[in-house]
Amino acid sequence: MAKPKIVVVGNGMVGYKFCEKLLAKSNLDAFDITVFGEEPRPAYDRVHLSAFFDGKTADDLTLAPISWYEKNHIKLILSDPIVNLDTASKTVTSHHGIIQKYDYLILATGSSAFVPQIEGVNKRGVFVYRTIEDLELMKKYAQKARIGAVIGGGLLGLEAAKALLDLGIPETHIIEFAPRLMPRQIDMGGSQVLQSKLEDLGLKIHLAKNTEKILGENHITGMRFTDETVLKVDLLVISAGIKPRDELARIAGLQVGVRGGIVVNDYLQTTDNQIFAIGECALYGGMIYGLVAPGYEMADVVATNLTGGQKVFKGYDMSSKLKLIGVDVASFGDPLAGNPYAAGVDERGCRSIVFRDEAKGIYKRVNISADGKYLVGGVLIGDASQFGMLQQTVTNKILLPPNAEDLILGSRGAETGSGVMDLPDEALICSCEAVTKGQIYSQVTDNECFTVDSIKKCTKAGTGCGGCVPMVKDLIQGSMKKMGRVVRNIICEHFDHTRQELFDLMKIKKIKTYDLALDTLGKGHGCEVCKPAIASIMASLWNEPIQKQPAIQDSNDRFMANIQKGGSYSIVPRIPGGEITPEKLIVMGQIAKKWGLYTKITGGQRIDMFGALIGDLPYIWEELIAAGFESGHAYGKALRTVKSCVGSTWCRFGLHDAVTFAIEIENRYKGLRSPHKLKSAVSGCIRECAEANSKDFGLIATEKGWNLFVCGNGGSKPAHAKLLAADLDSETCIKYIDRFLMFYIKTAEPLTRTSVWLSKMEGGMDYLKEVVIHDALGMAAQWEIEMDSLVGTYHCEWKNAVETPEIRKRFNHFVNTTEKDPSVKFENLREQKKATW
Amino acid sequence: MNQISNIKWVAACNTADVPENGGVCALIQGEQIAIFHFARLNQWFATQNECPHKKQMALSRGMIGTQGDEPKVACPFHKKTFSLESGQCLSGDAFSIKTYPVQIENGQVFIGFEL
Repeated sequence: MAKPKIVVVGNGMVGYKFCEKLLAKSNLDAFDITVFGEEPRPAYDRVHLSAFFDGKTADDLTLAPISWYEKNHIKLILSDPIVNLDTASKTVTSHHGIIQKYDYLILATGSSAFVPQIEGVNKRGVFVYRTIEDLELMKKYAQKARIGAVIGGGLLGLEAAKALLDLGIPETHIIEFAPRLMPRQIDMGGSQVLQSKLEDLGLKIHLAKNTEKILGENHITGMRFTDETVLKVDLLVISAGIKPRDELARIAGLQVGVRGGIVVNDYLQTTDNQIFAIGECALYGGMIYGLVAPGYEMADVVATNLTGGQKVFKGYDMSSKLKLIGVDVASFGDPLAGNPYAAGVDERGCRSIVFRDEAKGIYKRVNISADGKYLVGGVLIGDASQFGMLQQTVTNKILLPPNAEDLILGSRGAETGSGVMDLPDEALICSCEAVTKGQIYSQVTDNECFTVDSIKKCTKAGTGCGGCVPMVKDLIQGSMKKMGRVVRNIICEHFDHTRQELFDLMKIKKIKTYDLALDTLGKGHGCEVCKPAIASIMASLWNEPIQKQPAIQDSNDRFMANIQKGGSYSIVPRIPGGEITPEKLIVMGQIAKKWGLYTKITGGQRIDMFGALIGDLPYIWEELIAAGFESGHAYGKALRTVKSCVGSTWCRFGLHDAVTFAIEIENRYKGLRSPHKLKSAVSGCIRECAEANSKDFGLIATEKGWNLFVCGNGGSKPAHAKLLAADLDSETCIKYIDRFLMFYIKTAEPLTRTSVWLSKMEGGMDYLKEVVIHDALGMAAQWEIEMDSLVGTYHCEWKNAVETPEIRKRFNHFVNTTEKDPSVKFENLREQKKATW
Repeated sequence: MNQISNIKWVAACNTADVPENGGVCALIQGEQIAIFHFARLNQWFATQNECPHKKQMALSRGMIGTQGDEPKVACPFHKKTFSLESGQCLSGDAFSIKTYPVQIENGQVFIGFEL
């Protein structure tokens, strides 16, 4: 049997996608495929056409090189448009006279620019914005143009305006017939904010203007409008809409729409059922889908049905997110539901929430169903980072949170998960390539695709318009977190308990050694995960010197210093509150000089001394201790530093003595071991010079006392601290910190900072307040006693080590010689040294 | 004890020098050797001291343990883990470490080198 002949008319994005989908669903050579293209080059990315002026070449924009067509046995005929279609003989005829027979004909002819009937529209210097050829012509002409204009303030018009900016035309005007920009996609408020952003960028915008005549002899020199005003113009781009390319359908007598477009059914069949129309030439349900994603979906429907599958086209969500001239513009679902600018409610009872920030040029609107349960649609201008989740919330009919404004303002309480993980598996993440959440999730968990690139490779998600890439990223992270959490929830293969369970069990059973914990509560022989976790629990419970069990300590805790590149160590003595006497400073300098250490001020107001050899550590510490220094616990999952501003003692703004209180707090909690490191700060006034808001617990002075903030973090996932209680006296402040810290120490998973701990806490900040302030768990008194006992058993670990010969002995690189590690080498750097590496 | 003829045994240190369930580093014939006393298994292991990941002389300072039945060591720098028996990386990287046979005699630790 002869292979079915498929002829594709049009080699644009959708025509190309059809070929790709057809090949993916069938065997090579199942069909005899011929493609006719009007343009001289194979299909390219028209969506990112303006990138052509950003320095991208035509090749960069090409979707697949000619060799791809050859490899897949597709006959590609370029620069040769089809000019005739005869349905009786099932043939098409090209401009160059090729007569091609088809069994199935795919019309993917796209659209052309709609050019309104304006007098003088044929003058030189008037362009349309559609193909690379158009762009090349514009580029040439633009060299001598000083004033450019675009007719059309819609999506394509703004793209064209960007092209003029990129071409370096000093003055660019946008002329729109409607009273606002992008009237089809966004609402009035959004248009206004967008307009003022674009005007900030130097674009001149004319609304409600109707062009009457293009002025000039041969070349355009200006434009005249119906209101009799005139504008001087050297170059004009007409981008006033699109016109479906339905000429062939008209020739063949296929049904077309009143305003153009080839009428198709749910299978994208035209009135001749051997002929299909896809993309912007197709008229489905009375609508032209002028975006690439629905075009791709149409291609998929036809390819599926031709290869024995079953699929219908059901219309398409026209949500879109674009960056127009650097400004985010997005609309989703029904962007105009709700009617906030007139009645406040529309005929279906929908209402809107609108956030408008003129200062930053941000506009957000979400439209809520009459029962308040569902999101119907919305508009985002200036910041479309929430687009992905909002669109998913509409399409998957996800129930709204009680405070729907959180959708656009962000949750102003506890940090919530990435959100994307709450979507159902069927949720379409990449609409261009029809990739669902479930598919991406399984690629992450089953095939360990942990990067956007690898997800792109194996699912094609994110390779179309790219709008879903941020969501793909979140999804990868969320999925990985999900995988990791399985490992972390129970400590490891040796302990089938959570950290909290283990903490309680060890307390009840009074377990004070790792081996006993493993023998009574675990199995096997331990590992690098459970050893430090249990060491930390024991330190929090019993506060015995960690050197009693050196082999279960993480390397830094074992040697009580921070291992650095090359294998040398750094030393951070405690400098409470960042306050240090000149005498102590001098001693530190002398010690650093004597032992050849590189010195640097840390971010936590301490001094770090780098480049110490392991064997020198006890000697250096001996000298530091003699000068009155103590361990700073920079090596441990423990309280690090309590940073302070200079406070009321010196600062003319200071309300309270921040330094004194910081020293008191640091001395209270020094040596306290916890699931992860703890950082703190005290600021003497609202100016917050100590950055207490980025700490695990921080204090800011008020007129009446201290505001206590908790669960802040700097680092890779910064979190602003949250107010736990306001206007506290010092005593209450410490009481609350005691409770807060004990609650954290007992319940957090290993290596979880307070900010993450809070984000996973059910009930979030409200619950934390209940527990700490109102003693909801009835534990407050016990926690305060336990904290007092930990504070009472504080000891300087280094003092203990220096004074105990068998501990000192451990500080040697080699067990069999006193030689230093020959692999540790240094070189000079700005009058100090650095590790050679 | 079965001595294989083409192995040279070199004394490294006393057994008491090595912490229980921990490691030390010995310098033997110019090579840095990590020696581990896995007391819970009543076994001794020796490997190269250098972690092949970032070429740090650090494995002797790593924590030891098991993955299933496989005894392993975790590098303190980036927690890459290696089998103490085969030297294979257990964290999915292509590199591996050298392992050496160990013998204990009269409270002394001997490391075996192939001749």
